[in-house]
Amino acid sequence: MVRINVTVDGVRHQDDVEPRLLLVHYLRNRLGLVGTPVGCDTSNCGACTVLIDNRSAKSCTLLAVQADGAEITTVQGLADGQWHPIQKAFHESHALQCGYCTPGMMLAAIDLLNEHPDPSEEEIRHGLEGNLCRCTGYQNIVQAVRSAALAMGTHPDAAEQVRAEVAP
Amino acid sequence: MTEMIDKAESVLGQPMRRKEDARLITGQTQWTDNISLPDMLHMVVLRSPMAHARIARVDVEPARQRPGVVAAYTGADLADSWGSLPMAWTVSEDQKTPPHMPLATDKVRYVGDGLAVVLATDPYAAADALEAIQVDYEPLPAVVDMPAALADGSPLVHDDIPNNRCFTFRLDYGDFDATRSRAEVVLKRRFYNQRLIPNAMEPRAVVVAPTSPTGQTTIWSATQVPHFVRVFVALNTGVPEQQIRVIAPDVGGGFGSKLDVYAEEVIAFVVARKLGKPVKWTESRSENYQATIHGRDVIQDVELTATRDGRVLGLKVDLTADMGAYLQLLTPSIPLLGRYMYPGIYKFEAHTLTCQGVFTNKTPTDAYRGAGRPEATFVVERIMDELAAELSMDPIELRRRNWIKHEEFPYATVSGLTYDSGNYEAATEKALELFSYDELRREQAERRERRDVVQLGVGTSTYTEMCGLAPSRWLGEQGYVAGGWESATVRVLATGRVEVVTGTSPHGQGHETTFAQIAADTLGVPYDDVDVIHGDTLTAPFGLDTYGSRSLAVGGVAVQLAAQKVVEKAATLASHLMEVDPGDVEFQAGAFRVKGTPGAQKSIQEVAFGAFSAHSLPDGMQPVLTADHILDPEVFSFPHGTHLCAVEVDTETGMVKIRSYVAVDDVGKVVNPMIVEGQVHGGVAQGIAQALFEEAVYDADGNLVTGTMVDYLVPTALDLPAFVTDRTETPATTNPLGVKGVGEAGTIASTPAVVNAVVDAVRQFGVSDVEMPCSPERVWRAIQQGRAGGGATPKGTIAYGGPQTATTAGGGE
Repeated sequence: MVRINVTVDGVRHQDDVEPRLLLVHYLRNRLGLVGTPVGCDTSNCGACTVLIDNRSAKSCTLLAVQADGAEITTVQGLADGQWHPIQKAFHESHALQCGYCTPGMMLAAIDLLNEHPDPSEEEIRHGLEGNLCRCTGYQNIVQAVRSAALAMGTHPDAAEQVRAEVAP
Repeated sequence: MTEMIDKAESVLGQPMRRKEDARLITGQTQWTDNISLPDMLHMVVLRSPMAHARIARVDVEPARQRPGVVAAYTGADLADSWGSLPMAWTVSEDQKTPPHMPLATDKVRYVGDGLAVVLATDPYAAADALEAIQVDYEPLPAVVDMPAALADGSPLVHDDIPNNRCFTFRLDYGDFDATRSRAEVVLKRRFYNQRLIPNAMEPRAVVVAPTSPTGQTTIWSATQVPHFVRVFVALNTGVPEQQIRVIAPDVGGGFGSKLDVYAEEVIAFVVARKLGKPVKWTESRSENYQATIHGRDVIQDVELTATRDGRVLGLKVDLTADMGAYLQLLTPSIPLLGRYMYPGIYKFEAHTLTCQGVFTNKTPTDAYRGAGRPEATFVVERIMDELAAELSMDPIELRRRNWIKHEEFPYATVSGLTYDSGNYEAATEKALELFSYDELRREQAERRERRDVVQLGVGTSTYTEMCGLAPSRWLGEQGYVAGGWESATVRVLATGRVEVVTGTSPHGQGHETTFAQIAADTLGVPYDDVDVIHGDTLTAPFGLDTYGSRSLAVGGVAVQLAAQKVVEKAATLASHLMEVDPGDVEFQAGAFRVKGTPGAQKSIQEVAFGAFSAHSLPDGMQPVLTADHILDPEVFSFPHGTHLCAVEVDTETGMVKIRSYVAVDDVGKVVNPMIVEGQVHGGVAQGIAQALFEEAVYDADGNLVTGTMVDYLVPTALDLPAFVTDRTETPATTNPLGVKGVGEAGTIASTPAVVNAVVDAVRQFGVSDVEMPCSPERVWRAIQQGRAGGGATPKGTIAYGGPQTATTAGGGE
């Protein structure tokens, strides 16, 4: 067992874990944060994407021990009383159907927007290449990321601090 | 309030944002794998690494000794607890349905066939212990190729099924031979629909709680069909149906792959009850690729007869379908479901279909988005483009000469269906305009002229399909064990809020939104006041679930009819409460008004409270405002549309890039255009995926070579274009909502449009077909072979049945 200290969605945790425990299983099975789903076993689908120290990472490709000392944001930590602009944009643009890829897709999109605040369609498609969706054909996801970029760009504060109105 | 204002306020036809989204985008979703119960055990399944072998010995004792392991069972240990897994459709008198036990005991018949389970307190411990199980296999030769499987002397997947032949049937509509004798053109082609892996993003999962507050054993399953699971688990295990509750919580996509009753649902149910503890099983993605059904895998030999002036006469199709190693719930019926779609939108005089199903040592096939209709539509839409090329005629013009004209509806097709409505001219006109068809054809000619490395191809698909599975009487005639009706309950509660219960079971389609729109519209209540409950056999004791684009056309119409019953009852009560004659009451915008007496009115919510309090009801009226409706549709519905695809083909690399894609669909009246468009996007994406990217490949020993997401190309955002979508709206005349269905349309339509475009781009090099998926290698080889005088691509993989012969390789006669 190895002791790790992580902050997940603003809450600090100290746990003893098996060295082989995957981060996603730590989040889901140990912390009960089941908002982050698992879609594959080869790191292709990206459903389990989270932010680690503000960079997107597939939580099935990391061991929990590798996240020691890190600050992790999951889909469950995105809203802060109000939906994050990316959540609002996904809802408004109908960028989800079954919703299984959505947590990972939104977190990958946030990382993309941190790097490219005003991405072109091509840049969005490139940026989300590591996240698979089987329902939407990606069109509305691309649209949602564009509109989130606009919403976040018009706000004077940093992207993370921007919170949109809670949608009806 | 005027009629016009009422219409403006109706939510029907509006792009209402989805009610489902709030939990899905905040991570509060309840996927089956998220469920954790006290004392829950984790189940893992030992799967065969061999495609075909006798099981000489299975010893689970070493696994039982591992830390954390509570139990381990072989198929023999549990053989008394269950029967053969359900198969619900017998398509012919000669159909062979071999036993299909949840765990194999005598032979394993495909890579992934389960033969033992381990239950442990922790998923890692369970996975570790699985390694300790000892199995002695006696390998047998595997048969993975359909023609080889049918040959005399082939290894037998099931010892008592000769030639691995599952079934044969033949359907004759009109006299095909007569059309051949007077045809001026006869085209023969062999078309393959390769094996596909559905890839719902949520892998399957099951949780079983042996007891619950209701006294029932509860099964949570990532399924499209909770009601089927309840009935068939009861039949399979002998546990009384009323003691079983099945819940499909949030389900992450299905596409037909969760339209089944799987071994793991039965196993988890049996062992949970045996051990008296909750049990969870969740498949990994790679396990999903082996243990969840595949789709398509069909070879079709096609013969088309026509006149030189471009009139189609007859279509003959010999179809061979790969069943895989066993029959799942609907496996043999898939070709049957496509049978009516071969004539498409065209006025054929004759159509003959012969079908045979074949067992192979591969994962079973079953319904995958479209289920038989994509295969049939591929044939007719591909062969139409081949005929156009043969006649040097524009493919659109050829279709115009043959399609049913809008004034000819209702139209009885040669295969015996009556299409109630459609307007192929209007959809095609709109598509051509959006596509800039003439400009693209000009550019295509220029590129050819200057021998550009990148050539342009244009492909057409003017499809129709049948939705709304299905009239129960028709299903019975076709050999299906169940019906096709659907149930709905609409309740206006004491507080005036509305609860809709449906027997359909969505997994991404947005029923909570669209069914609420339907109920809100009929009841005249705010959309936000309506909630839809689904996916639970306790809340909807009767239901037939979600597949075959049936939810709206059957389940949604049932909601409307139930809501109308509520309004009728409320009207009677309202007139009683207002002490006026029922004939003097009119219903408008959620209120009952006395005609000619402004101000005299009662809202439906007030009436609902009156029905709830029951202080003053008309004689004979029962309290509360609720109504049920079970709708058994009399006929199918027939969406249609025109899809146009332009591709750029790099003739040096064979790389295909979709330049533009236009889809104009006519799905009848639309409840929510945003959701319809989303369905078209996703459907088209899956059809493109078949045309260009995806293929489940087996090697000669029956190993699934594309066994993980690394090897199987589910397209990414970068692989797909932006789609241009639009609609025409020709209401269905066979249901009061005028709706048709949209779930599968895009997938059915798009595959031939894309392949037609690819072939169009390279036909100038002597190519008459490119086999799917049209990968760069295949396209490149087709060009080389075409230039050398051959017609089609060389065979891709062993999955397809060996090299083409001269008579099947295509090319006009």
